[in-house]
Amino acid sequence: MELFDDFPSLGRTDLRDLKKGIDFAFRDFSRENGEAIENFFDPLMHFMVWFEKLLLATPWPIMILVFAALAWLGARSIWVVVGTVASFLTIGFFGMWEDTMATVAIISVATFLCIGFGIPLGIIMSRSNRMQAVVTPVLDIMQTIPSFVYLIPVVMLLGIGKVPGLIAVCIYAIPPIVRLTNLGIRLVDKEVLEAAEAFGSSYRQKLLDVQIPLALPNIFAGVNQTIMMALAMVVIASMIGVKGLGVPVLRAVSNQYLALGLMNGLAIVALAVIFDRVSQEYGKRLQKHRQGGHGA
Amino acid sequence: MPDIKVSIKNLYKIFGPNSESMVQKVEEGATKASLQADHKHVLGLNNVNIDIPARRIQVIMGLSGSGKSTLIRHLNRLIEPTAGQVLVDGEDVLAMSDQELREFRRNKMSMVFQKFALLPHRTVIDNVSYGLKIKGVDKAEMRERSQKWIDRVGLSGFEDNYPAQLSGGMQQRVGLARALATDAEILLMDEAFSALDPLIRNDMQDILLDLQEELHKTIIFITHDLDEALNIGDNIAILRDGAVIQQGSPQEIVLDPADDYVRDFIKDINRARVLDVKSVMEPGSSDTGLSFTADTILELAMPAMSNADVTSANVTHDGEVIGMVTLADMIGGIARPESHEGEQVTYR
Repeated sequence: MELFDDFPSLGRTDLRDLKKGIDFAFRDFSRENGEAIENFFDPLMHFMVWFEKLLLATPWPIMILVFAALAWLGARSIWVVVGTVASFLTIGFFGMWEDTMATVAIISVATFLCIGFGIPLGIIMSRSNRMQAVVTPVLDIMQTIPSFVYLIPVVMLLGIGKVPGLIAVCIYAIPPIVRLTNLGIRLVDKEVLEAAEAFGSSYRQKLLDVQIPLALPNIFAGVNQTIMMALAMVVIASMIGVKGLGVPVLRAVSNQYLALGLMNGLAIVALAVIFDRVSQEYGKRLQKHRQGGHGA
Repeated sequence: MPDIKVSIKNLYKIFGPNSESMVQKVEEGATKASLQADHKHVLGLNNVNIDIPARRIQVIMGLSGSGKSTLIRHLNRLIEPTAGQVLVDGEDVLAMSDQELREFRRNKMSMVFQKFALLPHRTVIDNVSYGLKIKGVDKAEMRERSQKWIDRVGLSGFEDNYPAQLSGGMQQRVGLARALATDAEILLMDEAFSALDPLIRNDMQDILLDLQEELHKTIIFITHDLDEALNIGDNIAILRDGAVIQQGSPQEIVLDPADDYVRDFIKDINRARVLDVKSVMEPGSSDTGLSFTADTILELAMPAMSNADVTSANVTHDGEVIGMVTLADMIGGIARPESHEGEQVTYR
């Protein structure tokens, strides 16, 4: 009955060798290719440094004007604009301006990267069931695996800094945009698609004239979710050297500074609310024509 | 013999994994029900042969599940057949390459859909220009041609509305204008008016007939509504379980139904509105002084006869008397034909 008493596990030595083997293999890989990969991401890093410096170098009143203008363009609501201005004024008043700008910088870049890769991936996924079957579990893993686990190889490869932080944020934040692009395109009215086909649309014409416009509400919900998830990663990203509101939060946790943690945490919340309202209102405006004024 | 625009030859469509091997089973006499029960394949179309004349309205009718929507989608190859041919102007649609097929759909054949299938994010005029945009017509010309068709279907002033702001009838006018704007010679209409309420449906039929009088397109019209079929069709083909069971003019179908299925179909229609005096006339001539042209429908002829207080009249064609009708002929014509007792008619 030995089988029932002891789980038939790999021996301690074998297990250690296995882990060591994987670790050494990856270490060798990162030693050999680390530099090449870092060079590959160099332009991205320079861009991020430049963008952050730009946000910080611009005088704060101009930045607040820019934020107010963006909020107005997105939401077309005076209350959202007032809320945005008030939030940023408060943030600055409590001395969190620089960290906030750093966070805004990384969130913006991460969001654009996610959109740039996520939407095309979602389109490819919507084209084939096999592709969907392959990509969906990968997205599941990206969303559920603890972030710390993929931080290890990323840090091993790229060290500590902005780029690994950005990659970590993107891994966590890209799944919703991919999923919702795929879903949105798959949900496009079959009749309308058939009409496009019947009038002799090419694949490109179908995609640009019918599928993407009709999927836009869903795609936009994906963008919104991506922004929210990127913000949620701010604290974890600060562990690997990303500047921003996460850094003081981390310091507050390890030193039990209640006020510091609370203030910076609330600043993240304020950013989240602003991004969320502006992007949601913009998404709603995109589909205004769907509700007719005719009771149809 | 009128010139044939579209010719459907021995068309089969069978849904299922081994559809091609099933064609033979159907040729050997398997029915829709037996194919379903024995081989788990669905018989969509069963040896359909229809010659569609140019510049006329061909109606294809049947109840739901009879394969009519499947059939019309074979004409522009939205659905691939299992076997058979579709010839348009002698060219086999099924042999076209993707590129040829796109050109064919852009220029030769356009389509109107049951649920309109408009682009909800485009305005009326942009929806109407859709086919032209795909063709690559330049902007100014596109605008001008679309505007012309918007005016023709009576939607002037609604150019910048979105489809959701229009009623069903107006949306389908947009669909009709969109299909007409490409100047395709062949117009496919898939239950185009079925989603509309009866008054609007009659309106749309009138619009279509008006346009047809001037445009002379080859129209292939799918419907499940016999009144609609009789009203607009020059020719009608009746489909049941994927097979054509009768083809002919409205008169022929009403006067001489091929089987109980068709007989059941026509039993509730207003026969006096379909039949003309020619179809019930007898040889000879009448001396009452009253005369009708051959295509006068009974609904008009009978009260005229009653008003003139006579019981017979001449039937004329191009000014010449070709026969006579009596009141009894006409009453006989509108009497409902007997159904064969005891025969059970099922429709699925």
